[in-house]
Amino acid sequence: MTYTPTTDTAQHTDLDAPLQLLTPEGERRHDARLEPWIADLDAEALQGLYRDMAIARRVDAEGVALQRQGQLGLWAPAQGQEAIQIASARACRPDDFLFPSYRELGVLLVRGAAPADLVLSWRGEVLSTYDPHELHAAPPQIIIGAQALHAVGYAMGVQRDGGDQVAVAYFGDGATSQGDVNEAMVFGSSFGAPVVFVCSNNQWAISEPVTVQSKFPIAGRAPGFGIPSLRVDGNDVLACTAAMRWALDHARRGEGPAFLEAVTYRMGPHTTSDDPTRYRDSAELEKWRTRDPLLRLEAHLREIDAFDDAFRADVDADALSYTTQMRAAAVGATTRPPLALLDSVYAEPHTGIDEEREHFAAYLAGFADEETR
Amino acid sequence: MPEMTMGKALGAGLRQAMADDDRVLIMGEDVGRLGGVFRITDGLLDEFGAARVIDTPLAESGIVGTAVGLALRGFRPVVEIQFDGFVYPAFDQIVCQVAKLHYRTGGKVRLPITIRIPWAGGVGAAEHHSESPEAYFVHTAGLRVVAVSNPQDAYTMLRQAIASDDPVIFFEPKRLYHAKGEVDLAGHVADAAPLGLARVVREGTDVTLLTYGAQVTTAMDAATAAEDDGISIEVIDLRSLSPVDYRTVTASVRKTGRVVVTHEAAREAGVGAELIASVTEKCFHYLESAPVRVTGHDIPYPPAKLERHHLPDLDRILDAVDRVLDRPHSLSEVAQ
Ligand SMILES: Cc1ncc(C[n+]2csc(CCOP(=O)(O)OP(=O)(O)O)c2C)c(N)n1
Repeated sequence: MTYTPTTDTAQHTDLDAPLQLLTPEGERRHDARLEPWIADLDAEALQGLYRDMAIARRVDAEGVALQRQGQLGLWAPAQGQEAIQIASARACRPDDFLFPSYRELGVLLVRGAAPADLVLSWRGEVLSTYDPHELHAAPPQIIIGAQALHAVGYAMGVQRDGGDQVAVAYFGDGATSQGDVNEAMVFGSSFGAPVVFVCSNNQWAISEPVTVQSKFPIAGRAPGFGIPSLRVDGNDVLACTAAMRWALDHARRGEGPAFLEAVTYRMGPHTTSDDPTRYRDSAELEKWRTRDPLLRLEAHLREIDAFDDAFRADVDADALSYTTQMRAAAVGATTRPPLALLDSVYAEPHTGIDEEREHFAAYLAGFADEETR
Repeated sequence: MPEMTMGKALGAGLRQAMADDDRVLIMGEDVGRLGGVFRITDGLLDEFGAARVIDTPLAESGIVGTAVGLALRGFRPVVEIQFDGFVYPAFDQIVCQVAKLHYRTGGKVRLPITIRIPWAGGVGAAEHHSESPEAYFVHTAGLRVVAVSNPQDAYTMLRQAIASDDPVIFFEPKRLYHAKGEVDLAGHVADAAPLGLARVVREGTDVTLLTYGAQVTTAMDAATAAEDDGISIEVIDLRSLSPVDYRTVTASVRKTGRVVVTHEAAREAGVGAELIASVTEKCFHYLESAPVRVTGHDIPYPPAKLERHHLPDLDRILDAVDRVLDRPHSLSEVAQ
């Protein structure tokens, strides 16, 4: 490799061996850089991570099912990516502000999103659900990479307020080709903003393999912007937790941005509209199946005697409770009245919209008789 | 009241807005040490410091995108795009993010961002330095779009734009940066006419001439010249392009029955098309003749030596006035 890394000792961008603390078989590995960051994680904490990941997986399956049953217009599956989503969000403080893409359902779960928050926009009832200021999470972003700049701007605001929050930008491997992500790294680095970039490299941008986006390990780009980075096994929840804690600490201490590349895999289709059999072979999928983030944590928990039937039943019950509410929210959703479509275009009165509402209301009123008849 | 250039009035507006509210930030390329390439932000860095007057990297999407994040954090960023032709790299952030986040979140997120754009031609500039992109933004719901035409409006409307909880695209005609006028610096923003209001610059009875920005000056010259021919032109400075103040516009059209619209931007699907469609819908029965547009040609902005043939001048406006009055005009012999 020919790039020149920054002097930060946490720098690590080896393509073939992302940092790991848990092997696919669930064995603990030693890594002097990462270990100190998770020294406090006891069995109970590990169970908590497992619980969140298991719920995320069930939520994802329920989302796909609801879409297949015609209850949702679309769903973007996250199966396989639970470790980085849960670990990174859990490593944050509640007042850190997160900027997710459409696939970070695990992040929203950790943030306390209500079940309805995960389905009403995919159903097409609203454009977004929760109040970003309450959850400290921006609405899921669909324009690829745009949120990276929002995160940096937020972080610049934190600097000006003298706060110690961190902003976190989530995006995929495809997004790293976007100007906005690159501009975000320039701004973040130039201003030393407290921002963490989390790239979930799930190997595919719809049908395009990551090699179309980059001939170089993605984490290896950040040093070129003056941003230290880590390349971690994105299916290893321990490594993800450690790396995210390092990154957050780096940013919170005023050292500027940090960048994580989580090497992971999207097990399902890009969205429920996608057919991955057209572009990837089943051998690849099977290979990644053996690296499943949940199975490896389960194996580890069994190893340390922290996984039994009672625990599994308990997690199942939590997941079921959440998905039941999700389903109820989707099936029971009531569509807002037609005039609602003209709401909230502007914060202040706007004569154009006011007139449009008046005319549309008059038009709608013409049907009032019909409905009562 | 002091007399000052429009450039100075804009600077004074920024200074006052920053003094009034410490959440107001200035950001853009060269806005700090240099005071902006037009010196509009001159002195603000020394007065308010680098945390509030931010020399950004040279990245327009980055400037607007980070302004979104700052607004989410509770700031009121005032962004300077160096020249009209450089707003396009930021188009995605403006149209997809700035314009839509309030709607998307059902009003839970407000983006009080002002995007200042030194704008339009007539200054003999290089390529990409004389564009009139206003129609793109007018077409985008969620943005307010305003254009100023004199120092007083520049001062007042900039403060109003910054105070607005909506994002505002703020067009500043480069051609008028050095134009002077009296400015009441003491007036309260709350007492001024609301941001969306048009202004009747000159009253008249025969023809309503609708325009905005630097074309207001040309329109006034045309109205003065027409007077010699006994034609009375009412000139309206729209000031706000989204929303348009149709109350003022239609009141005038109902009086005159004849409409000419003039702007520098190209004709096709331009602001003039929208104005005429709306005026026709709203006061068809008052119209004595078909409304006419006097605009830039439907071409990319031409080289400086030819721009005077592109920009609608006094004579082209008067020719259009002749058309709506059914007097002999340049197209009389041309099959229309
Ligand atoms: C600006 C933009 N261009 C194209 C798309 C269409 N699109 C949606 S997702 C996607 C692939 C994104 O890949 P990646 O960033 O790796 O994220 P992933 O979906 O794999 O999580 C594309 C091309 C879009 N949403 N936004």
